[in-house]
Amino acid sequence: MSDERLDGLSVRDVRVSFDGFTAVDGVSLEVPAGDIRFLIGPNGAGKTTLVDAITGLVRATGSVRFGDEELLGRAVHRISRLGIGRTFQTSSVFEELSVLQNLDIAAGARRGWATLARRRRGIPDEVAAALETIGLAGRAEHLAGTLAHGQKQWLEIGMLLVQDARLLLLDEPVAGMSHEERDATGALLETVSRDRTVVVIEHDMDFLRRFARSVTVLHAGRVLSEGTVAQVQADPRVQEVYLGHPVDAGSAPTGREA
Amino acid sequence: MTAVTPAPPGTAVDPAPAGVLPPGRSPGRSRLRTAAGFAFGAALLFAVAPLVLSDFRLALLAKYLCVAMVAVGIGIAWGRGGMLTLGQGVFFGLGGYAMAMHLKLADAGPGGMPDFMQLYGQLDELPLWWRPFASPWFALPATVLLPMAVAFGLGSLVFRRRVRGAYFAILSQALAAAMVILLIGQQGTTGGTNGLTDIKGFFGYDLDDPVNQRMVYFIIAGTLLALLALTRQLIHSRYGELLVAVRDGEERVRFLGYDPATVKLVAYVVAAGMAGLAGALFVPAVGIISPALIGIVPSIEFVIGVAVGGRATLLGPVLGAVAVAWARTALSERFPGTWTYLQGLLFVVVVAFLPGGLASLWALARRRDDGAEPAPRGWSVLGRRRAGRTEVPAA
Repeated sequence: MSDERLDGLSVRDVRVSFDGFTAVDGVSLEVPAGDIRFLIGPNGAGKTTLVDAITGLVRATGSVRFGDEELLGRAVHRISRLGIGRTFQTSSVFEELSVLQNLDIAAGARRGWATLARRRRGIPDEVAAALETIGLAGRAEHLAGTLAHGQKQWLEIGMLLVQDARLLLLDEPVAGMSHEERDATGALLETVSRDRTVVVIEHDMDFLRRFARSVTVLHAGRVLSEGTVAQVQADPRVQEVYLGHPVDAGSAPTGREA
Repeated sequence: MTAVTPAPPGTAVDPAPAGVLPPGRSPGRSRLRTAAGFAFGAALLFAVAPLVLSDFRLALLAKYLCVAMVAVGIGIAWGRGGMLTLGQGVFFGLGGYAMAMHLKLADAGPGGMPDFMQLYGQLDELPLWWRPFASPWFALPATVLLPMAVAFGLGSLVFRRRVRGAYFAILSQALAAAMVILLIGQQGTTGGTNGLTDIKGFFGYDLDDPVNQRMVYFIIAGTLLALLALTRQLIHSRYGELLVAVRDGEERVRFLGYDPATVKLVAYVVAAGMAGLAGALFVPAVGIISPALIGIVPSIEFVIGVAVGGRATLLGPVLGAVAVAWARTALSERFPGTWTYLQGLLFVVVVAFLPGGLASLWALARRRDDGAEPAPRGWSVLGRRRAGRTEVPAA
């Protein structure tokens, strides 16, 4: 499905401001190839804005490199074609199309007009593989709008897989999911990270402890702390920004960014 | 929320019927049904209508079918692509004027000038931009290519700048107004408010002869069927699926690596070409093209038919356009003056209570029969669904 190349993400001194308000204030971080990096931080820390900057949705200064390619300054769809895929806080599958159609569209950004003008015949191999990976093979013909919340999120991830994204940026993938769905999503992340680099924005601390390989804590647009889950949890500055609570004890901050 | 886990490969088989795509996706059955549908339509248009309708009514039907061609295009651009085009009259007019200019020149004979030019103007010779239209080899392709070129130019400017929704609708409507003003202002060379009238011949055939009028009707009916076949192919192609995706989540499509501007542009240009062809065939059917037939009001009337019939379906726009045009004639004959209000009311009712048009009643009934999922979700007029749609934060 994806080629052998496994690239890391390198963010250097990225700044984003809106009308004088600086949402991301000089963030630098390195996500090595094949990592599952969790981005956490209180509301307004700049997590989603950072992902917006990486994917070209907002203008930013600094440098974002994926492998050898500089991303900043490119159009959204060009960045996507370099192998960067993202999901959104709320699911954004095409609800009036079937699961299969959703995946087929995600797989097809490089198709020429001759292919587009024809009907889809059968199921492309990479789409079939993704259907199995995300566990929706039995629902291929269902309209995406009829899927359960968790299934929509998996479909989103499946769309990134067939899109041949080599860097997955997931914005709160398990928000609103049941325990079983979270476990399944975590397992899915571990599967896909075998040949991809994954960055996850998440508020769910339990999920983070189980599936994060490394963690970056953002606070007020800056990197506050970085390291393994244990290192970050032991960092007194992190405990402080989370209102004095120690970050463990399952008292996950559940608020969501605006 | 169900607690279905993403099962290991190959185990997640769930035969639940709810929300499965309507049957007919299996190629064999769907092809058979389509062939039957087209045969039925052809029989209706080519055999039944000429038998039961008087020459006068058949000529009216020819006119309605031209409106239906515009509707098919709007169905693609608006129903499938989410672009509310309130200015299809522009493309209809470009096609109509291109055809009418050629027919006027043919009527006038080689080296002759259209009658109205001698009437208004002090023109000694044919204006330069009229001359190519003397040749059918230029005029006929121009009826389609000219509207497509204008749509391409406009669409390239507009879609890339992400003008959409109400802004796009208003812009397209302003274009219709501008075209009318231009035509009226250039009376000496365009015929002004009167337009191009009194067209007598159609490639050597006398249009006053009922037999030839019948031939024009058959050409129009055949063209409409061909456009429907083309549209069906387009809707079911990968491009058609992509167009719906752009309608429902333009930003999401961008993040998948497509440029939505290009996707929309193609649908818009195709719709413009269909409107141009409709305008070109309208001229021999009715014998006139004038600013009143292509301005803001007719442009909106095109859209009303599509909305009533069901904009996202293949046949909805056609049936809606014909029904509304027929109702307009029937009601204006009996209650002159009330039609405008009725039409406005009809539009409001459909948009408010039946956003999928009459076609959604059909779909509703069919789904009830299957005992599966109820009504489709409501759409907003501007093509996006009201509920559940993720808008990417603008900031």
